Order: sequence, then structure tokens, then C-alpha cells
Amino acid sequence: MENNIIEVKNLTKKFKDLTAVDNISFNVKKGEIFAFLGPNGAGKSTTIKILTTLLPPTNGEIEIDGANPVTQQDKVRHSFGIVFQDPSLDDELTAYENLEFHGVLYKVPNPIRKQRIEELLRFVELWDRRNNLVKVFSGGMKRRLEIARGLLHHPKIFFLDEPTLGLDPQTRNHIWNYISNLNKKENITVFFTTHYMEEADKVAQKVAIIDHGKIIAQGNPAELKAQTKTKTLEEAFLALTGEKIRDEDAGSQDFLRQGRRMWHR
Amino acid sequence: MNTIYILWLRQLKRYFRSRSRILGSLGQPLLYLVAMGFGFGPIFQKAGAGNYIQFLVPGIIAMSILFTALFSGVEIIWDKQFGFLKETLVAPVPRFEIMIGRTLGGATVSTLQGVIVLVVSTFIGFKISSLSMLSVVLLFMFLIAVLFAALGTVIASLLDDMQEFQLIMNFLVMPLFFLSGALFPLSGLPTALSAVASIDLLSYGVDGLRGSLLGISHFGLHIDLLVLTITTLILFTIGSYLFSKIKI
Ligand SMILES: Nc1ncnc2c1ncn2[C@@H]1O[C@H](COP(=O)(O)OP(=O)(O)OP(=O)(O)O)[C@@H](O)[C@H]1O
Ligand SMILES: [Mg+2]
Repeated sequence: MENNIIEVKNLTKKFKDLTAVDNISFNVKKGEIFAFLGPNGAGKSTTIKILTTLLPPTNGEIEIDGANPVTQQDKVRHSFGIVFQDPSLDDELTAYENLEFHGVLYKVPNPIRKQRIEELLRFVELWDRRNNLVKVFSGGMKRRLEIARGLLHHPKIFFLDEPTLGLDPQTRNHIWNYISNLNKKENITVFFTTHYMEEADKVAQKVAIIDHGKIIAQGNPAELKAQTKTKTLEEAFLALTGEKIRDEDAGSQDFLRQGRRMWHR
Repeated sequence: MNTIYILWLRQLKRYFRSRSRILGSLGQPLLYLVAMGFGFGPIFQKAGAGNYIQFLVPGIIAMSILFTALFSGVEIIWDKQFGFLKETLVAPVPRFEIMIGRTLGGATVSTLQGVIVLVVSTFIGFKISSLSMLSVVLLFMFLIAVLFAALGTVIASLLDDMQEFQLIMNFLVMPLFFLSGALFPLSGLPTALSAVASIDLLSYGVDGLRGSLLGISHFGLHIDLLVLTITTLILFTIGSYLFSKIKI
């Protein structure tokens, strides 16, 4: 399809005998905000890593802006920006230097690079702190900086793997405002994961729910609620994925998550 | 500005910002120089082997380069754990360039470290025999630095966490140093030790430094240069290959 910017067909990823992603298919339209939801260990981050060339798929076909992440890595890498689930800044560099580093790697030429860095640092309200080392930043500031960095090279697709993990409601709100604005202003396609269902309900135009590596439901939030006869996306999510807590291998952010889960119940 | 340069620059910035690292990596060579140099000096002299400080300084320079360079390569493990590596790995640049930039950065820092140790040594009585050889001295310092930075990359690509780092220190770095002839002359050793010393790559670095700084050499400067150049190329190639295969 012409206006699909992400096309995934029968994607499977196996780690030895564990099938982390099990024959999933979905499409994301150009300019769409797409939420990829699922319990811990469902296979969200693994899927993102495959779409962004970090992991090779075991099986399946993928197109990212018309290119194949296995055979056309450079083309794919140019087309997206990403905020990883785990932190990925250089703590020993300043905010500005982190962006500068990114700009050089992505070959953003100089007068434009400086301008773009300033514009983005102002956008995420870190311009005044540009010369501070990242190690003195709070979690929310680091997250905002990662968002600015992911946007620096004008990507067509923005992947965000739990961008609001561990942040206070103000910062979360803030971050979703930036992202919605950006989507409206620049028509950038957004692919994100989150465990806060109300966030997905508010910003996503389309939702896919993955559980144990399989996509078990797709549609817009209203459709999913109708399908499960529930009032909120959180209820729909629980109806679809069950109430059982997942005990998949702990990821690096597990402590945070455990804490948050108890808080939530 | 390009990829190689920005990665090189990053290594330099990280080094100069970490004052504790600079002090730490200078403190150890100085301790060795003072304690061993003055401690063993009289015995060395009595045995008719000349001035021990003169003999020891090239060895200690090589040691400080070895430590700093290997550490700079192994730092990839840190980047893996703290996540920054992902940022470089999804960028649309050849991984080979990333590896070159990092390695040259680590090597530059280590060479600098070697120069600082050399300068400090002159204050405690070290005399360079011929100043015209200084460019050769620098060449050897840089070769040692690239060699062990590349070795560090190889190791880091194979290991996953920092706990194994102590293992590397105990079973690789310390033997490399102690068996290299940094502390004792290689001539007249028992056969076994002499054989081990001749497969220890650092031996050629130490010998090259001693040859260019003092004019005395065990293997001969050409051999030193040849061995170091070839092994550096090999390790660099292995390192780039393994680095290009790193998965997150
Ligand atoms: N490199 C790996 N080797 C082996 N197993 C892995 C690897 N990466 C992920 N897995 C496994 O694959 C499954 C899916 O993990 P993934 O990180 O994709 O989950 P997720 O949906 O992102 O979960 P979370 O919400 O906790 O981030 C898990 O069971 C995980 O343990
Ligand atoms: Mg995840």
C-alpha cells in the first residue's frame, strides 16, 4: 500500500527456543500515531529492535518507508528517530554535545545543525541547561533530551519505547503534548509503547495489542472498547490480556516497573 | 566534521573530564617508578647492569599506555550497559568508522598519558639519550596504544558485563605487563620465561621504547616495529569484525 509507512507481515523472532514475536502482521499509515501495547515480556521492544535494524528477524517481511531493515539498513536508519526503553545518553557529555554528536553521525550539515539543535532544545525546554553534563539531569530532563535528539535529523518515523517510563504526571503530559504537536505540525509518524493505557487512549489513532508474542487485537481505541464492551482502554486491555501478572524474564527496568505496578493496583 | 572525528573527540572529552581517572592513571606509574626504581636501583647497579631508573622508565611508560588503551577499548562494555552504544549502532554510519574513531581516540589519550609519564620521569632523573629519536618514541607509544585499544575492543565485544573486567585485569593485563621485560632485562632469562616474553606483545613495545629512548634493544627496532604493526593490523581487523557483530 502506498500510504503505509510501516508494513510488517508474518514477523517472527526466536531466541533459541523462546518465541518472543510470533507471526505478527500490522501496518502503520503515514502520519498516524500508533500505540503498540502489551504486558511485560509481550515482545514490544523486540519488535521495535527488529524494525529499527538492531536485531535480525527470524522470519517475515518488513518495510520501513519502502526499505528493508535487513538489506537496506542505512536507508532505514535515516528514516527513523528513536527513544529507547532504557536510557541511551552519554552522561559525561553535555546536553548540547549529545545532540551535536547525533547531528554529526546523521550528517546534518553545520549551519542547519546548530539551528536545529537550538530549536529542539528550546522545544523541550532545555536550552538554558544546554551546557550541563547529562549526569546531573533528572529522569524527566533526560527523557526530553532523548526526544529532542531523536528528532534532530527530521525522521519520518519516530519510535518511542515507553517514553514516559518513571516520569511524573506533569512531565508525561508535557511529553505527549510535544509529540502530538509534532505529529500535527510535521506529519511525523509515531510508533510508541506504554503501560499507561490512558496515554494511549488519548493520543493514539490506532492500537495493536500484543501478548505472548502474538497480536490479539487491532483497531482504534473506540473499536477496542466496543469489541470488549468496556469503557476505558485499560479495561479493554485487561479484558483482552487477562489479569494474570507476567513473570517473563526481568528486563533492566524491572524494579521501576514492579514499583509502579504495586502503585497502580 | 565526520563520524571518525566526533567519536575521537568524545573519547578525549571523556578523558579530560574525569580528573580522577587522569590522577589514578598517573599515580600508579609514578608509584612503580619511585618504589621499584629507587628500591631495586642499588642491586641493579651492583650487578653491573647500569642505572635502573633509566632501564625502568620505558617499561613504565609502556605499562601506563597499556592500561589506559586497554581500558578505553573495554569501555564499550560500559557503553553497552549504560545504553549509549545503541545510539551509535542505529545511526546510519558504517560500524567500521565508529570503531576507528573510538580506537584512535583511546589511542590518542593513551599516547598522551605516555608522554606525561615520560616528562615526569625526567624530573626524577631520567635522561633521553638522543632527542632526534623522539618521533620514533612517539610512533612506538602510538602503536602500543592502538594495539591495546583494539585488543580492548575485541575483549569488550566478547564480554557482556563489567564483572568480568576484574578477570581481564588479573589474567590478561597483569601477565602482559609482568612478563614483558618492562621490569627486567630479557637477556639471560630461563628459556621458558624468555619464550613467554617473546610471545607477549607488550615486550616488543617496551623494547621499541627502550631502543628509541636509550639506544639499547633486545629484539632490534625493526623487529619491534614489524611485530607491532602486523599484530595491530590483525587485532584491529578482528576488533572491527566483532564490533560490527555486536547485538544489543
Ligand atoms: N536478547 C534476548 N535474548 C533472549 N531472550 C530475549 C532477548 N530479548 C528479549 N528476550 C525475551 O523476549 C521476550 C520479549 O521481550 P521484550 O523486551 O520484547 O518485551 P516487552 O514487550 O518490551 O516487555 P516490557 O514491557 O517489559 O518492556 C521476553 O520473554 C524476553 O525475556
Ligand atoms: Mg520493552
